[in-house]
Amino acid sequence: MTTTSLKEPLRGSSSGAAAREPRRRRTGRIRRIGLPYLLLLPALLLELLVHLVPMVIGIVMSFKELTQFYIRDWGTAPWSGLGNYKVSVDFDAPVGQALLHSFYVTVGFTLLSVGLCWLIGTAAAVYMQDTFRGRGLLRALFLVPYALPVYTAVITWVFMFQHDNGLVNHVLHDQLHLTGKPSFWLIGDNSFYALLTVSVWKGWPFAFLIVMAGLQNIPRELYEAAALDGAGMWQQIRRITLPSLRPVNQVLVLVLFLWTFNDFNTPFVLFGKAAPEAADLISVHIYQASFVTWNFGTGSAMSVLLLLFLLVVTGVYLVLTSRGRRSADV
Amino acid sequence: MSAIPEGTRETMRSIRAAAIGAVTMSLALAASACGGGSSSGGGSNDSPKTLTYWASNQGASIAVDKKVLQPELDKFEKQTGIKVKVEVVPWSDLLNRILTATTSGQGPDVLNIGNTWSASLQATGALLPWDAKNFAKIGGKDRFVDSALGSTGAEGKDPAAVPLYSMAYALYYNKEIFADAGISKPPATWDELVADGKKIKAKGKSPLGAEGSSLAENIHHVFVFAKQHGADFFTADGKPDFTNDGVVTAVKQYVDLMAKDKVIPTGNAEYAQNQSVSDFAKGKQAMLLWQSAASNLKSQGMSDSSYGIAPVPVQSGTPGTGTQVNSMVAGINLAVFKNTDNLDGATKFVKFMTGDAEQKVLNTAYSSIPPVKAAQTDSTFNSPSNAVLKDTLAKSAAALPQVADESQFETAVGTAVKDLFADAAAGRAVTTDSVKAKLEKAQQQMPAK
Repeated sequence: MTTTSLKEPLRGSSSGAAAREPRRRRTGRIRRIGLPYLLLLPALLLELLVHLVPMVIGIVMSFKELTQFYIRDWGTAPWSGLGNYKVSVDFDAPVGQALLHSFYVTVGFTLLSVGLCWLIGTAAAVYMQDTFRGRGLLRALFLVPYALPVYTAVITWVFMFQHDNGLVNHVLHDQLHLTGKPSFWLIGDNSFYALLTVSVWKGWPFAFLIVMAGLQNIPRELYEAAALDGAGMWQQIRRITLPSLRPVNQVLVLVLFLWTFNDFNTPFVLFGKAAPEAADLISVHIYQASFVTWNFGTGSAMSVLLLLFLLVVTGVYLVLTSRGRRSADV
Repeated sequence: MSAIPEGTRETMRSIRAAAIGAVTMSLALAASACGGGSSSGGGSNDSPKTLTYWASNQGASIAVDKKVLQPELDKFEKQTGIKVKVEVVPWSDLLNRILTATTSGQGPDVLNIGNTWSASLQATGALLPWDAKNFAKIGGKDRFVDSALGSTGAEGKDPAAVPLYSMAYALYYNKEIFADAGISKPPATWDELVADGKKIKAKGKSPLGAEGSSLAENIHHVFVFAKQHGADFFTADGKPDFTNDGVVTAVKQYVDLMAKDKVIPTGNAEYAQNQSVSDFAKGKQAMLLWQSAASNLKSQGMSDSSYGIAPVPVQSGTPGTGTQVNSMVAGINLAVFKNTDNLDGATKFVKFMTGDAEQKVLNTAYSSIPPVKAAQTDSTFNSPSNAVLKDTLAKSAAALPQVADESQFETAVGTAVKDLFADAAAGRAVTTDSVKAKLEKAQQQMPAK
């Protein structure tokens, strides 16, 4: 019974075309299964070409003494073994010290920037949850920094941060009289805050966008029930909003972290080739170590170290957060 | 199954087409990826009818350069039938572009380089060496001025490029501001400059401009100050020596123009986009130390008659003006990329650009001095302002160190001076010790030999 009932519909469907049918069906199935792969092929090849191949070449380069004398013909560059890595992590010597300093600056900067982006983005998204007049307009306005081309946005900030004619000094010093004399924002110690400001300004709309999307999935009834139980707004946020946003936040923070830690455009456009020590982010530091001093071997070694660090952080983060989630599920 | 509706068949057909398209594109991508980067070989004549030329940005803007160059390139095409595709590359990108071209082997046929990069680029082997045979094709080495030839590569090696435009630093001063402040003649020594600066400040103008965040400008100035103190940044055998007393004194003297003497406004510490030239052109600032600024000032609306031009000041006492070094040998060299596929055409183009007639046209347009002897004697280059530049080049200009590490030196020491300016601007003390510490750090960043 069972066999016939299984075969019946098949036979029925192939009744018209006899012997050629099974073969065509098989090729049809291969075609159907193969099609997604076929369509993915360009993306896959591009991914190989744009990301993986350069990455592998970078790793190979990090073991070579690739200075200006050899860049014309990489093959002739002598192997230096772990030499480039030794130079990079010898924290008693100037190159290693500078890298370590840059690393600390980057970690501090990233923590602050991601924290602020998340905080502002979440706060804005929560407040924008209720409908009110002009909400659409405000939402669109909030997304402007995210939609602007990075270069244009940051170069505008450069103008605003100028010492002599910049808007920031005009407001802080000339109008509000908060500072005794006009401050320098693009050189010296303040450059860290300038960088942080631009980074947060540029990054928080993304957090806002993602959290806003996440909020749409929280059923309104939960809030209504909580309100009936006498929960205030703060309690609702703590007990309902934040736990419900957990999976969204998990990805959001990771993505923000990776973007901020690796950000090259913002510091490069703000400060040029030689960033002030206070704002010496690691990506620009590595750029300088390789492009400006023409030592691509050391630069690559530093990049590989950075890659390893980010891999470890990401790995640990994913393990910790997913374990947390699993225990929460139980 | 056999009776597939017409619409579905359509979709399947278009899916198949898409799939075929996808595969074709992937193959094309893979093929082009493999095809690139063949950096072997040392030039050929495979495409004799075209040339690619990377010009440096010499005029007030890239558009100005195109306007200057295009008629000349048309002339060249008429003479030789070779079409030259020109791209004016901004200074901020030029060195990186050349490095990328060197690495990939895919570059222009002919290119402009800053003459201070000659030895660094020579070391990469990317540029065609100008041996006697190649020089003979463009009329011989002795057509060029010696000082310009001194900035074309390491000593004892065949030059990596030939001189195209020569420039020198001079002191540009605003006549009206000087008259208001009761100053009758431009300062000849730094002491006089500082004294004049006080009078100018009393009139509410800023005395002197600087590009404190421009690594190249910083280098050019501290190099000259070092020469004036009898010091060099490199030992005779080419090793970095940034912390010797002369160099430390020199760097401190330059930064002290802002920190101690206060003739450079603190705001200039963050200048790197030629803002000091604009400040001067707008009449906000009395003096400017710049190389061949005439055409730039003109394009910013400053008339020739409103400013004077004098040699860059020197140290007080002997040996004094005229003998002490007061400028680097600034300039642009023309190089041929070794991987060119039109070697003969490239050589012809270099011959054309360094020919007497073109030298006159181009150097007039850019207010520079021709490094070609025959062109230099032309009356166009005898105006008072050009006389100062010519005189400086002939008597008191020195070439920046012609060592392979020159580019790294510019970055390391240029950054140190930038940081010192930042200290001065923030009101922090700039002392001999702090200068030495920064220079020591710069020296440690230099490639180990």
